[in-house]
Amino acid sequence: MASTQINPTRMELTRLKKKLATATRGHKLLKDKRDELMRQFLDLARENMALRLKVEAGIKSANVNFVIARAGMSEQALNTALAAPKQAVYLEADKKNVMSVDIPVFSYKTRTADENDIYSYGFAFTSSDLDGAVKSLADILPDMLKLSETEKACQLMASEIEKTRRRVNALEHVIIPETQRNIKYITMKLDENERSTQIRLMKVKDMMLEEAHHYKEKQTVRAQDAAAAL
Amino acid sequence: MYKIAVIGDYDSIYGFSALGLDTFPVSGLEETEKKFVELASGDYAVIYITEAAASGISQVIERYRERLLPSVILIPGVSGNTGDGVAGVKKSVEQAVGSDILFGNQ
Repeated sequence: MASTQINPTRMELTRLKKKLATATRGHKLLKDKRDELMRQFLDLARENMALRLKVEAGIKSANVNFVIARAGMSEQALNTALAAPKQAVYLEADKKNVMSVDIPVFSYKTRTADENDIYSYGFAFTSSDLDGAVKSLADILPDMLKLSETEKACQLMASEIEKTRRRVNALEHVIIPETQRNIKYITMKLDENERSTQIRLMKVKDMMLEEAHHYKEKQTVRAQDAAAAL
Repeated sequence: MYKIAVIGDYDSIYGFSALGLDTFPVSGLEETEKKFVELASGDYAVIYITEAAASGISQVIERYRERLLPSVILIPGVSGNTGDGVAGVKKSVEQAVGSDILFGNQ
C-alpha cells in the first residue's frame, strides 16, 4: 500500500496519471540509453584490455633494455645523457560526447617536427644499448596515449552505466508500481463514493415518494379491506 | 595545452624523460601523495604512475576516477608487474555490468 497518505480526488488522479506517463516514457528512454552505453562500453573495455596488455609488455621490455643500458654505463654518464631532453610532448585534450558521457580525446604534438628525434645525447659517450632502450620506449608511447584515452573513457562510462542502471531500476521497481497502485486506489475510492451517492439518492427518492403518496399506508388499508371482504 | 607526467621510483621512470614527458621521481607515501595531488590539479592531462607507487595512494587516485581530466594510468615499474593495472580494467567492467563477464578467466 502507498506509504504516504494520498487524497482520493480527481485532481490527484490526473496528476498521478501524468506522472505515470512521464515515468514510463523516462524508463523506456533510460533503458535504451543503458543498453547502448553497455554495448559501447563492452567494445571499449575489450580494446582497453588489449591495449593495456600491449603497453605493459612494451614497458616491461623497455625496462629490460634500460637495465642492460645502465649496466654498460656509469650512472653519471647516464644521468648526463638524459638530463636535457630534446623532445617534448604537448597534449591537446578535447572531449567527445558519447551517449551524454564526456570522454577525453587526446592529440599530441612533439616539439621537434621529427618524432624520432629523441636522442638527447651525443653518441660518443653512451652505450648503444641506451639507444635501443630509448627507441623501444618511444615506440610504445602512441599506444600509451591511446591507452590513457581508452582507460579514462572506460572509467567514465562505467560510472555512467552504474548511475543509469540505478535510475532504471528505481523507476521500474519503485516509482512506476507505486504510482499505479495509487491510481488504482483513487479510482476505487472514487467509484465507491459514486456508488454510495447513487444508493443514497435512491433511498431519498423512495422516502420522498412515500411521504407524498403514502404507499405503505394505502397498502395496509387495502389488505385490511381484502381481509374484511373475505 | 596540457602536459604528461610520470610518477614513480627513479629507476622505473627515468627513460621517459628522453621522450619529453615530465618525470617526477618520488619515494615514500607522503611524497608520492603530495606530488600526485599537485600534478593532478595542475595542467597535466595524463599522469602515468607506477603500480608500486600507486598502491599506497589508491584512495587519492580514486577521487580522480570520475573526473574528465586527468587520466591516471598505472604502468608497471622496473620491479615487475603487480597486476593492479589489469585489475583496474576489470573493476570498471564489474562496476558497469555487475560482474566481470569479459575477463573473468584471464
